[in-house]
Amino acid sequence: MPQTKTTPSRFPAEPPLLRRPRAVIVGASSGIGAALAARLAAEGYRVAVLARNKARLSALCEDINRAHGEARAAAYTHDVTDLKAIPALFQRLVKDLGGMDLFVYCAGVTVPVKIDEFDTHKDQQMLQTNLAGALAWLGCAAALFQGAGRGQLVGISSVAGDRGRVLNPAYNASKAGLDAYLEGLRNRLTRRGVHVLTVKPGFVDTDQLKGSPRTFGVISPEKAADGIWKALRARQQLVYVPWFWRYIMLVIRLVPSFIFRRLSF
Amino acid sequence: MNPDPSLSLQSFSGLENFGHSLRSSAWLHQPEQAGELPALFKLARQQGLSIALRGSGRSYGDAALNSGQIVLDLRRLKRVLAWDPARGRITVEPGVTIEDLWNYVLADGWWPPVVPGTMFPTIGGCLSANIHGKNNWVAGPIGEHVLEFSALLPNGRRVTCTPRKNGGLFRAMIGGLGMLGVFTSITLQLKPIESGRLEVNAWAEPNLEAMLAAIDAHKDCDYVVGWVDCTAGGRALGRGQIHTARYLHAAQDPQAEASLRVDAQVLPARMFGLVPRGWLPKLMAPFMNNLSVWAVNTAKYLASRTISHHKTYRQSLIEFNFLLDYIPGWERSYGRDGLIQYQSFIPKVRAAEAFAEILRLCQKAGLPSYLGVLKRHRPDPFLLTHALDGYSLALDFKVTPANRARLSALAAELDEVVLAAGGRLYFVKDSTLRAGSAKRFLGRRAVAEFKKLKTKTDPHNLLQSDLYRRWFD
Ligand SMILES: Cc1cc2nc3c(=O)[nH]c(=O)nc-3n(C[C@H](O)[C@H](O)[C@H](O)COP(=O)(O)OP(=O)(O)OC[C@H]3O[C@@H](n4cnc5c(N)ncnc54)[C@H](O)[C@@H]3O)c2cc1C
Ligand SMILES: NC(=O)c1ccc[n+]([C@@H]2O[C@H](COP(=O)([O-])OP(=O)(O)OC[C@H]3O[C@@H](n4cnc5c(N)ncnc54)[C@H](OP(=O)(O)O)[C@@H]3O)[C@@H](O)[C@H]2O)c1
Repeated sequence: MPQTKTTPSRFPAEPPLLRRPRAVIVGASSGIGAALAARLAAEGYRVAVLARNKARLSALCEDINRAHGEARAAAYTHDVTDLKAIPALFQRLVKDLGGMDLFVYCAGVTVPVKIDEFDTHKDQQMLQTNLAGALAWLGCAAALFQGAGRGQLVGISSVAGDRGRVLNPAYNASKAGLDAYLEGLRNRLTRRGVHVLTVKPGFVDTDQLKGSPRTFGVISPEKAADGIWKALRARQQLVYVPWFWRYIMLVIRLVPSFIFRRLSF
Repeated sequence: MNPDPSLSLQSFSGLENFGHSLRSSAWLHQPEQAGELPALFKLARQQGLSIALRGSGRSYGDAALNSGQIVLDLRRLKRVLAWDPARGRITVEPGVTIEDLWNYVLADGWWPPVVPGTMFPTIGGCLSANIHGKNNWVAGPIGEHVLEFSALLPNGRRVTCTPRKNGGLFRAMIGGLGMLGVFTSITLQLKPIESGRLEVNAWAEPNLEAMLAAIDAHKDCDYVVGWVDCTAGGRALGRGQIHTARYLHAAQDPQAEASLRVDAQVLPARMFGLVPRGWLPKLMAPFMNNLSVWAVNTAKYLASRTISHHKTYRQSLIEFNFLLDYIPGWERSYGRDGLIQYQSFIPKVRAAEAFAEILRLCQKAGLPSYLGVLKRHRPDPFLLTHALDGYSLALDFKVTPANRARLSALAAELDEVVLAAGGRLYFVKDSTLRAGSAKRFLGRRAVAEFKKLKTKTDPHNLLQSDLYRRWFD
């Protein structure tokens, strides 16, 4: 591992009686991740936000820190497809934050494909970001929380993981894979005192939605962050945001294959 | 010997303070031998992480925590390296506990010259805190009974220090928060005793001034300590009970010889012969609220005025010194969020006024301490000493999710009272001071001198703790 300098943390030392909980959000430069970062800071967390876009991250941190009049958010530029960099960066985050209480994997991309298109490159982009990066990050956090005997892990999956559909099979696969991984972590870690939450957003008004066609019942990223925060507090295992997607997906999961094959969404 | 150390994520562990009120986690390593330490320092440097040393983790605050970085648990370095029963000199590794120590030497007629209120701390931890006992006035802190120690410094050097040889480092490392180096062997001069029992006197005093006067009048006893009922107000403010104790000569105690056997010193397994000790924290938990503590303290005070007023009795050394260990896990009775302690040291002439103000502020905030303990102190020559010619008042507070902010605000108010009275705080008891407080309490000169020494012994700032960053940054 490279020799890193003992740089002082970006957060000032605090009296331990008033220690703020620490959160890390991977994929927080926009959309749901950015809204959740702001929400967690407002709930009293110190938050490290990660993504590729440095300018957006810095602006987000500035907003948060200005709103609270103290350092509550710090930015780290990172591309999740750079899997090799993850363990060292993870260790650095743990050090800079002085521990970790909550880890959220929110990075995700939808690369639009035509209904008859098969493109390995596009599929790989989604798999790398939505699944391979998720496993690398969540695995580190899981090991850490397992050792500590506490912690909360969140994976932002999607309603799209509930069935494979004509529109974007690779995206469905990446989210279904993430669902299964999170379930496995939950089964391993609940007995170790660790909480694992799977989040399945419906339609949220973010950059990503611009790539999706047909939309209804769209909610704001802030609304989505609110749903995630409430599920975290209640230590729920699985949450659909907004809530009605639970019932829509219940129906969709029940649609028999011979009908599903004929549908065009 | 452990294989080459590494930072596997599996070694990440949750750690707490003694009172379970602070939660932290860190990469935890437990070296089996002092020989492993250089490799661990090297690892920390390569990873850009700092190391905190930890003994039994009996500190009330964050002295042995290093959130998100490395913690070395030194409890496995626990060999007795040399014992001279004729002169009462013992050389131990730092992980030997006070309990191990008295078990080892009692039968030969020796006793640790200074002990804290619990026997579980390690000697290394006691040296770094420079602990005091209920005999601080007559015996000084534990550091005054150290004949010699060896230490490994983060700069790679091994040093041996005595009060004369490397005296500067001797007086800085003892009480030095584990920030200058690692104690690897410690030679102590023990106290000769002829009986394993003490003669104890107990009586009540009606208010703070009377308490302080009584403690001062008995400061030359072998032990003197005051219990304060922190719930009493008005003219009864600071009322409580005094305990003094003195060692017995063989001629005074027919049981002297038998009482020097380790098995004569065991704490009874049941309370009142009925309740197993292990149950007590759970049984006590429902009573840990302001109202019940008021009732219990009032009853206790009234009993000390009547039933046990001016009573003299004999107690084993461990019953007298380690009463709290009598209830294993007693701190659990404080509930999920545990407790903190606030111990302030105030010069003699200002003590009555300052402690009265402190007790009043706690009551006004609706946060009376559930346990208050008074002791008499005297100055000592150690660089970061907390002692002075005066008294200390140690206050235990229950922590709840709802009162953390109020408790911090109260502590900040108390800090000002302590500073205005020229007082000090004790770092192993602190969990509330804000960043950069060291200078205010320890003085600029001492802090500057300490930092200068640290740059020499630890040029890469490898030894750190949450407390150190908070006090000194
Ligand atoms: C019930 C109770 C009663 C107490 N009563 C008293 C009392 O009467 N008087 C008093 O003075 N204190 C008292 N204490 C406090 C306690 O004695 C100190 O906090 C002591 O330092 C605890 O020792 P430890 O082994 O648990 O050390 P830890 O809490 O683990 O560590 C304390 C410090 O020692 C350092 N350290 C540990 N090992 C080494 C080493 N080998 N080399 C260098 N540094 C090292 C650590 O870095 C840390 O700074 C009491 C505590 C409790 C819980
Ligand atoms: N919007 C919806 O309707 C909806 C529905 C269901 C599920 N979701 C899921 O919700 C999550 C968040 O999406 P969003 O809607 O908030 O969209 P978004 O605004 O596009 O956010 C995606 C985030 O992921 C980051 N990211 C993408 N690729 C990355 C990479 N290679 N490395 C690091 N970070 C990367 C982006 O930052 P950079 O570009 O700066 O790297 C951005 O911060 C995604 O997992 C998405 O699948 C969204």
